[in-house]
Amino acid sequence: MDDAIVLKYEVSPDDFTRAGEASSDVKGKLKQMGVPPDAVRKVAIAMYEGEINMVIHAKGGEITVTITPEKITMVLADVGPGIPDVELAMQAGYSTAPDAIRSLGFGAGMGLPNMKKYTDEMKIDTTVGVGTTITMVVNL
Amino acid sequence: MTVEDVRAALGARVLVGEEHLDREVRTACGSDMMSDVLAFSKDHGVLLTGLVNPQVVRTAEMLDIVCIIFIRGKKADEKLLEMARERDLVVLETGHRMFTACGLLYEAGLRGGAI
Repeated sequence: MDDAIVLKYEVSPDDFTRAGEASSDVKGKLKQMGVPPDAVRKVAIAMYEGEINMVIHAKGGEITVTITPEKITMVLADVGPGIPDVELAMQAGYSTAPDAIRSLGFGAGMGLPNMKKYTDEMKIDTTVGVGTTITMVVNL
Repeated sequence: MTVEDVRAALGARVLVGEEHLDREVRTACGSDMMSDVLAFSKDHGVLLTGLVNPQVVRTAEMLDIVCIIFIRGKKADEKLLEMARERDLVVLETGHRMFTACGLLYEAGLRGGAI
């Protein structure tokens, strides 16, 4: 892991306008590093969905992205409400987002399924009332 | 087809990216839900939407979309247009509704992405 590059981001709560800034920054950096476009796109989409989720559901949090020659690992940690039923949350179309969020174009219940679809590995550690940490890996 | 062909088919107005009208587009996606755009896009070139907020530009950015088309005469503010400019996107505006706008583009030869 000598070659690992680590990027850290604070995701600010309740600032829907700024949601996605971290993902945008990561996308730009990966492009600069010469990461293959397909992998850049996967990371960007998965991280963006996660970032939006952190703003909608969890009042922000912290994202750590680790880049090695083999893979890109994203860890999204929040101290939000937790996910009571992960299996249900993973179902396409299931959403607990309020109508206000839906009118902003999100909350279609595609976030978590999308994150799984665009990554090679995804792990959800969640405790109700404590928070959620999602780890996603895109292999290079 | 090019962005200019798309613009002509809709009789749309160019708000941002006049210099990129010769770019090629192959597919299109029409939705007001960005979650669905993120879910179903593969190689999309054009995004038609009636949703006007900064997350439309971010969604386009993540998906490498070439051109955003605001339908139903929806007005984008200068901040949104500036974000699009920074990302080298083309932004068009048309008074057509979603169904008609998609129909016109389909007729002109544009198709949706693979399912």
